Amino acid sequence: MFIYYLRLAMLSLRKNILLTSLMITAIGLGIGAAMTTITVNYLMSADPIPHKSDRLFYVQLDNWDPNSPYQEPNEPPDQVTWLEATNLMAAGKAFRQSAMGQSTLIVEPNRPEQKPFVTRVRMAYADFFPMFDVPFLYGSGWTANDDLDRRLVVVLSKATNDEVFGGVNSVGENLVMEGRSYQVVGVLDDWHPRPKFFDLSTGAFNLPEDLYVPYSLKESLELPSTGNNNCWQPVSEDTFQAFLQSECVNSQFWVEFEDPDDQYEYLAFLDNYVAEQKKLGRFPRETNNRLSNVMDWMENQEVVAEDARMMMYMALMFLIVCLLNTVALLLAKFIGRTGEIALRRAVGASRRTLFAQHLIEAGLIGAAGGLLGLILAWLGLKGINGLYGDQINGLTSLDPNMIALAIGLAVISTILAGLYPTWRACSVPPAGQLKTQ
Amino acid sequence: MLKMNNISKVFRTDVVETHALRDFTLHVEEGDFVAVTGPSGSGKTTFLNVAGLLETFDDGDYLLDGQSVKGLSDSQLARLRNEKIGFIFQSFNLLPDLNLFDNVDVPLRYRRFNAAERKRRIEEALEVVGLASRMRHLPSQLSGGQQQRVAIARALAGQPRFLLADEPTGNLDTQMANSVMDLLEQINKEGTTVVMVTHDPLLAQRAQRNIFVRDGRVSEVTSNADASELLHKTAQVG
Ligand SMILES: Nc1ncnc2c1ncn2[C@@H]1O[C@H](COP(=O)(O)OP(=O)(O)OP(=O)(O)O)[C@@H](O)[C@H]1O
Ligand SMILES: [Mg+2]
Repeated sequence: MFIYYLRLAMLSLRKNILLTSLMITAIGLGIGAAMTTITVNYLMSADPIPHKSDRLFYVQLDNWDPNSPYQEPNEPPDQVTWLEATNLMAAGKAFRQSAMGQSTLIVEPNRPEQKPFVTRVRMAYADFFPMFDVPFLYGSGWTANDDLDRRLVVVLSKATNDEVFGGVNSVGENLVMEGRSYQVVGVLDDWHPRPKFFDLSTGAFNLPEDLYVPYSLKESLELPSTGNNNCWQPVSEDTFQAFLQSECVNSQFWVEFEDPDDQYEYLAFLDNYVAEQKKLGRFPRETNNRLSNVMDWMENQEVVAEDARMMMYMALMFLIVCLLNTVALLLAKFIGRTGEIALRRAVGASRRTLFAQHLIEAGLIGAAGGLLGLILAWLGLKGINGLYGDQINGLTSLDPNMIALAIGLAVISTILAGLYPTWRACSVPPAGQLKTQ
Repeated sequence: MLKMNNISKVFRTDVVETHALRDFTLHVEEGDFVAVTGPSGSGKTTFLNVAGLLETFDDGDYLLDGQSVKGLSDSQLARLRNEKIGFIFQSFNLLPDLNLFDNVDVPLRYRRFNAAERKRRIEEALEVVGLASRMRHLPSQLSGGQQQRVAIARALAGQPRFLLADEPTGNLDTQMANSVMDLLEQINKEGTTVVMVTHDPLLAQRAQRNIFVRDGRVSEVTSNADASELLHKTAQVG
């Protein structure tokens, strides 16, 4: 029977190509707009590390100006100082922990034909790699001892290894940067968590850095901070040590627990720590420490931009307008068919059968509209990509979930749009329409 | 077989009430060929629609094949229409986008026969009306008489017990009307009960019984089995 209805639907859709294409276009446009914005929102709010996002916590401590909060109403700073970064690392109270920050280094390749180039560097601790499940192609991360010893070790991204070493296993090789020779201990596989949750302060959807070195080198080599740096009072003198000892925040601090409940113990530790620091004259504000797991942190940092959300609501409104349009067109189509409906009823079609027949027709229009919408969404995402480029890297691809959602949304909404016209069509009495032509 | 007792049917609009049927009582036996005549607006079509379960009625009893049709659900009524009743309308009412085969197929689809069974019945029905060779044609490619034959094939394909025809020859010229009438007679001879509304007294006389409807009531019933035979004979002699 389903096949029969499909055949009837095809016949009827072919009969009035103009009306059919109008309906398909209306739905296609609505779905296209909705899917484009839904995809962007969906990818923005995706869980970048689903199996442990509830065990990874971002640390915030409030060392800010006693007279005004970092951000209203009473938000602690979104990064920590060098002092806290190193003190909390030294305490080592969590299962895993890593302070981290961003810097740059100039690579001087061995091959003479290659020119030196600037790389974006992530300074981190040994735990960074196991904490965030960073995939390795060759070798591994460095050790905690390397951190303590401030050894010149480096982990390369796949792209950097391709560029400098032609993609071969470079573990054990030396990489010269700014006159110093670093030993390569590991090469990453492709790695692009979206959002780049471990450091949202430097563009939530940027690519991760080109290479990784121990955070402890920041002090010994005086590596500059290139990420966000915020200070509430001027640095006492213009020296690197003074900068490190200042209340300027420029590092992120992540901890991993074996059990999410361990956060309470850790928070108590942080409160204690701040109490100790207060005795030294620091932390003039009321204690305001905070631990946020990955999803809460992304929420707090408004990874899904407000305007992206607005765009999505507007696109959904547009979809509703398109559907209302479809309701009108379907109504016209079905009401123009009362003669046929009456005849079918007379020869034995029940209301229910006719209902099925017409809903299948509506569903078919929906499926076609959904396909068109997918194509439009794909084009729309390409367009967005063209406009914003790398800034939203990887946010503009349609995955199978989204494709299923698009088709499902189209079919379901068209069937919903078809309900009223179908109901009208089926309430045609079997007699009455049959007397005259 | 078809028993209507004191059926009444009122059409109500905002301004008027029309009593289309009042105290309408009629029994049609299995195998009958009944012709219904009467002035325009007397209620003939309304009677046929009630008989064919296309229209409800306000009062009285109606037994179809021994079963009371009061209070049946929409799908039960649809099923009865599908299995027991074949309709023929004055304006043929073929579906213009479907070819003859698919037109005759419509009631069989709702009967849920398998494909082979449907094919067999469609071909047989079109054979009976002499249009088997035109199966893939569209209705618009046929003459009026041929279209009405397709409608008859559609009514026959489900092998209904009752054939209800509302002025089946009303849109046809005399010659085509006669051939359609021949077909109905042949179908009746093979056991199908036929009820036909007509304005044509000559055609009406070919039925076994004539019912005259006036003001929504059966006002006269004449049996003319002999008359019809007489008519045949004179026609042949003449
Ligand atoms: N759907 C309806 N709504 C209101 N009144 C109706 C409706 N159908 C029929 N009638 C009225 O009921 C009465 C009987 O109509 P019906 O169609 O049964 O007459 P008829 O005998 O078939 O006439 P004709 O020979 O012209 O076809 C008429 O007065 C008609 O106006
Ligand atoms: Mg009539």
